[in-house]
Order: sequence, then C-alpha cells, then structure tokens
Amino acid sequence: MRNTKMDITQEEYAEAGPEKEQKTNAADRPPKAERTPSIIHQTAVRKQRRRRLIQKAIFSVFRLSAVINALALFIIIYFMVKNGIGAISWEFLSEAPRESMTKGGILPCIVGTILLGVGAILVAMPIGVASAIYLNEYARPGKVLRTIRLGINNLAGVPSVVFGLFGLAFFVIYLNMGVSILAGALTLGAMSLPVVIGSTEEALKSVPDTYREASLGLGATKWQTIYRVVLPTALPGVLTGGILGLSRAAGETAPIMFTAAVFFTPDLPESIFSEIMALPYHIYVLATAGTEIEATRPLQYGTALVLITLVLGMNLIAIVWRARLRKRLKG
Amino acid sequence: MSDSKSNGVKMTSKNLDFYYGNFQALHDVSLEFKKQQVTALIGPSGCGKSTYLRCLNRMNDLIPIARVEGKIMLEDEDIYDPSLDVVMLRRRVGMVFQKPNPFPKSVYENVAYGLRVNGIRDKRLIEQRVTESIQRAALWDEVKDRLQESALGLSGGQQQRLCIARALAVEPEVVLMDEPASALDPIATQKIEDLIHELKKEYTIIIVTHSMQQAARVSDITAFFYIGKLIEVGDTDTLFTRPRLKQTEDYITGRFG
Repeated sequence: MRNTKMDITQEEYAEAGPEKEQKTNAADRPPKAERTPSIIHQTAVRKQRRRRLIQKAIFSVFRLSAVINALALFIIIYFMVKNGIGAISWEFLSEAPRESMTKGGILPCIVGTILLGVGAILVAMPIGVASAIYLNEYARPGKVLRTIRLGINNLAGVPSVVFGLFGLAFFVIYLNMGVSILAGALTLGAMSLPVVIGSTEEALKSVPDTYREASLGLGATKWQTIYRVVLPTALPGVLTGGILGLSRAAGETAPIMFTAAVFFTPDLPESIFSEIMALPYHIYVLATAGTEIEATRPLQYGTALVLITLVLGMNLIAIVWRARLRKRLKG
Repeated sequence: MSDSKSNGVKMTSKNLDFYYGNFQALHDVSLEFKKQQVTALIGPSGCGKSTYLRCLNRMNDLIPIARVEGKIMLEDEDIYDPSLDVVMLRRRVGMVFQKPNPFPKSVYENVAYGLRVNGIRDKRLIEQRVTESIQRAALWDEVKDRLQESALGLSGGQQQRLCIARALAVEPEVVLMDEPASALDPIATQKIEDLIHELKKEYTIIIVTHSMQQAARVSDITAFFYIGKLIEVGDTDTLFTRPRLKQTEDYITGRFG
C-alpha cells in the first residue's frame, strides 16, 4: 500500500519536474525531447529514496518514544487493576482496618488523603496565585525579581523528604501543631507552591497583552485589568495547575509521614489537629512495616488502585473543567 | 493653523522627545490637534508615529525603559504632570488598536466594561450607554440580536467597530486610532472610514495609518513623520498636492518608504 503510493509520487515527481519548468520557459527553451534535466533535478531524484528513508527512521523513533510513554501508564494501570481489583469491595471502601490491618477497609486513609489534598491546595492556591500575579504583572525586572525566581526554582528542586523534615521541625514542633492534618496540609502546600506558581505564570503569560492594553486604555486600573480581564482569561490554566498540584500532593508519602499520617488510627478525624491515615503512607506501612506483609499483598494493591483512581480522577476533572471554561471564553 | 488657541485646540505636544533606554525614538515633536478634526500621522515603518500616538495617552508608561521629555497638554493640563491621574487621562483619551482586541466576553459586556471599571453601577444607565455606543459605531443592526454572545464570534471588521464602541462608551474627548483598518478587508475598511467621518463631529480624532489613500480620505490635517522627526504638517489637501518639502513629496509619491 505504502510502496505503491510512493512509486506513484516518484513517477509523478520525475515527470512533473521538467514539464513544469518547460511551461515557464516555453518561449526560449528547446523542445522537451532534446532537453537534459538539470543537475539539481537529477540529484534530487537520485537522493529521494535515501532522504525519505532517513525521515521515516527519525519519525519512527519519535513515534516509539511517544508510544512508550502512553504504554507505561497503561501497564501501571493494568497491573494495579489486575492485582488490586480483587480487594475492592464495599467493605474495603467503607470500613476501618481490623486485625492488625490484615482485614477490614481503608476508609480512614481515603478520607485522610482527600483532606490532606484539599488542605494543601487551600494553602498553595492563594499564595501561589498571588505570587504569580506579582511576578508576572507587577514586578519590574531586576535583582529582587531574579532572587525570588531563583528561590522558587530551587524550592521545586527540594526533595520531598526534606519538606517532610522541614514540616516536622517547623509546623509540628516549633509551631506546636503536633502531628496533624494542619501540619501535613501546610507541608504539602509548601511543596506544591512551585507547581502552582509555575502553571499560573504560564497561564498569565498566555493572556495576550492586547487585552491588558485595551483595558488600561479604557481607564481601568492595573488591578481592575488583572481582576476583570487577565484572571478570567487565565482561569482555565490556573485551575488546571491547581488540580495537578493537588493530585501530586495527594500521592506524596515523604512529606506527610512525619507531619500528618500515622501508622494506624481507626477513627475518622475530628478536627484539623487530628492525626490521620493516608493512602500512600498506608501502602508503605503495609508493604514494609506490617506484621503480615505477604498476607496483606492484595490489600496493598487494592489501596494503590484506590489511590491511582483518585489521582487520575482528579486529573480528568481538571481536563474536563478546562475544556469547558475554554469553550465558554471562545463562545 | 493660525490663532488656534481660541480656535478649539484640544491637545498639543511641545518639543516632545521620547527615548527607549538610550535610543531616541522621537525628536522635538510639536503638534496641535483641534476639536472636530481628524489628524492623520503618516510615515514609513519605524518612523515613530505609533510611538508618538502612544505618548498621547501615556500607553508607553507600560514599557519600563521608556522616557519622555517635553510637554503634552490636554487642553490646559500637562498629562505628564506627576499629580495627574493616568487612569483618568486614559478615560478622556481613548484608544483603538491595530488588531481588533475585544475581550473574551459578551458583546454587551465588552462595551459595558469601561463603564463598570469607572465605577458606574446604574444598570439602566449602562444599558443606555451600551446601546448608544454600539449605534454610534454603526454596529447596532448587526449585533442587536446577539448582545449576549461572545464578541470573539464577530468578524474582524465587526470586532474593530465593537472596539470603537467600547472606546466611545466612556465618553472620551480624544480618540486615538493606531492603524485601525490595517487588519481588515476593503469593505470593513470602508465602514471604519465612514465611521471616522461621523465621529469627528463630536471627537478629536488622531489616526496613524500606513495607507496614504486612507489619510487623504479621512483626515483634515496630515502630519508626516520620518526617522523620529516631524517633517511636515498641514492641511491634508495641501500636503498631498503641494508638499513644501522634498522628503514629503518623495514619500507621498511612493519614491521611498
């Protein structure tokens, strides 16, 4: 199929070339039969096969890379579903663990993870969006701006376990919050800040300057311009960034293991100062520190499946939401 | 141009110099703009005509390295006086840009925007002004049934007239237009030019244009800029038929630029 198509184009090419040239110079050229094709045309035809092959090879490599990416996700999901689906039941989703966590469900972990994720985003969104607005709309380029940016970029590079230790030292001990949802959410929020700032800045940058000029030209103040024109236009990107930050935070283990999550607590949290269980930490505990590691394998996979469903679900919501907002803006 | 002080001069610039950092983009530009007149600024690309236009409502303030010397007066106020509120200035000196740039909001909200940001809350007043402004921009018949639809769904020419309506809604005294028709087809251009003719009865209009035909069609006064300097200014008819300077003649006859 492919070859025939190529042959035809090759023939067409070989024919069309000189003919086309002929047309433009019909007046002062000898008839077609006597003409020798130009050196450029000859070379182009001779090298054509080779150039096509190279192009094909290169694009195949690119395509393969893209496929590997998609495949990795599918393999992970397939593996989790295959091993974990057996553990999923109404009891698993709605009850607390029993008998040294070998039986029962993971409800406290699900609730804990949702609370931590939402808490983290409540911390990170206002500060992150405000920072991004300052950096992108107000700050004049200079030393201060460069220093702040350097700080943010480095914050993004700090390992999550370091955030965990920082949270322990600062929120849990120094501010005396104890191991609690509040301390965990603040730690996760601090960790998500660079993500939120980065995605918000991208969203603000994608708002055309002509909108800002038009608004200022009508006698709007800078703040009115940002609040009424720039932010609404950037909203889809800002929200997407927020939810992506949230789903990242929900899956983290290290930042919460010293600040919020505990080995086992069958009760649902009573206040933001309660300690809680969380899905990623629960997996870690069952797989490494439990008394019955082998016996709880199905529960580990089941918990992982719930976590991954939660995270992918949030990402999906972000995508749908963004698409809707975009559509509304375009009209 | 004689005895203009008593003759309704709206804006003047006196010995205006403009710098981008160390680069001087405008040299000693002095001009007068009268009420109920259209002034066209012409000249080759990069001659400073758009830069000059943007000095008139301090749009260049947005560029961190920009600097202005000299004076621009709006009636008897110096618009670069530190005590002057630039936000108020921009309400009085409106602007229409080269590319139509309606907000991603409804047609109605686009025109109402300027009123809202200036603190007007009275819904009936807003509705009345929106209607008037769209009518004045000769757009009413085309959009009266789709006021609540997104402005981005309008054609380019309609969008540009909407931007004019939006500028008119806040009752500016001067309207600056930066090549308002350069992104439009000839029919849409014609409509914008007709509109300029109508609007000059009430407003002082200053228009930058690349098209000399357009300058000749819509303006009363034409000012020719070249490499940051004001070369010649005069009645449009005179400037195009009997330019005083060789440079002007070369440009308008198409010998360069």
